[in-house]
Amino acid sequence: MTDAAANGVALLAVAVAAFAAWHAVRRQPFSNPLFYATAVLEIALLALLVGGCIALANTSRDVEGVLFVSYLITLVVIPPAAVLWGIAEKSRWGTGVVVVAMLTVAVLCVRVLQIWKGGYV
Amino acid sequence: MSDSGTGHGFGRSLVAIYAVFALAASARSIYQLATKADEAPVAYALSALAGVVYVVATYALATDRRRLATATIGFELIGVLTVGVLTLVDGDLFPDQTVWSGFGAGYVFIPLVLPFVGLWWLWKTHADGPGHVKAPRSHTSRGQNH
Repeated sequence: MTDAAANGVALLAVAVAAFAAWHAVRRQPFSNPLFYATAVLEIALLALLVGGCIALANTSRDVEGVLFVSYLITLVVIPPAAVLWGIAEKSRWGTGVVVVAMLTVAVLCVRVLQIWKGGYV
Repeated sequence: MSDSGTGHGFGRSLVAIYAVFALAASARSIYQLATKADEAPVAYALSALAGVVYVVATYALATDRRRLATATIGFELIGVLTVGVLTLVDGDLFPDQTVWSGFGAGYVFIPLVLPFVGLWWLWKTHADGPGHVKAPRSHTSRGQNH
């Protein structure tokens, strides 16, 4: 679990949020490119979950493991939930859902890193 | 599926924001109560209450249950204002953070703005005509809200 991994995923989430916001501003519903962008982020989050669990198993430091893993699992669940909820709405507000979800992912990524370093709660 | 109602249009995004806060508040309270319930019982009980309110509000908005949504969002507004004032007046009452501490300052004041947006949205969708819902819901049968 490195700074680069968590911050990289957070930046990716912000990029997808910007892409979704671009859709929303142009009054566009869900598009295939947006779906692929969300899918790429989901793969990155799965990698973060696996990598985070491996890192947790190997570290000798005292990390709040339950909190850390529950954040990582929450991160993995958010994009599919956002796509399912947003795709049914054929208006700008459907992609607005993705904006909200991706910004949440970015914030959670930063918090995951804080938990890993022991600076949260 | 109906095209009006509180879970559609702008409400689609609003429900997503409510879902985020439902998750944030309830997850925080579960963690706080599970690991250190005796440290700040008032704050943690309040986190749990806030979590439940957000979960019910999210559900009510998503499924177009207006009265339930109005009640929970109204409660949310009172909650964030009360707790906001209390944390300013007497910080000892809440030694640990909740979503409503300092008017939601830890969550960039979204908890303060959200109930106003929620009530505005309920008012607006009602003004636009709530007649397109699935179940017949005239003014005389508003008690049958399920």
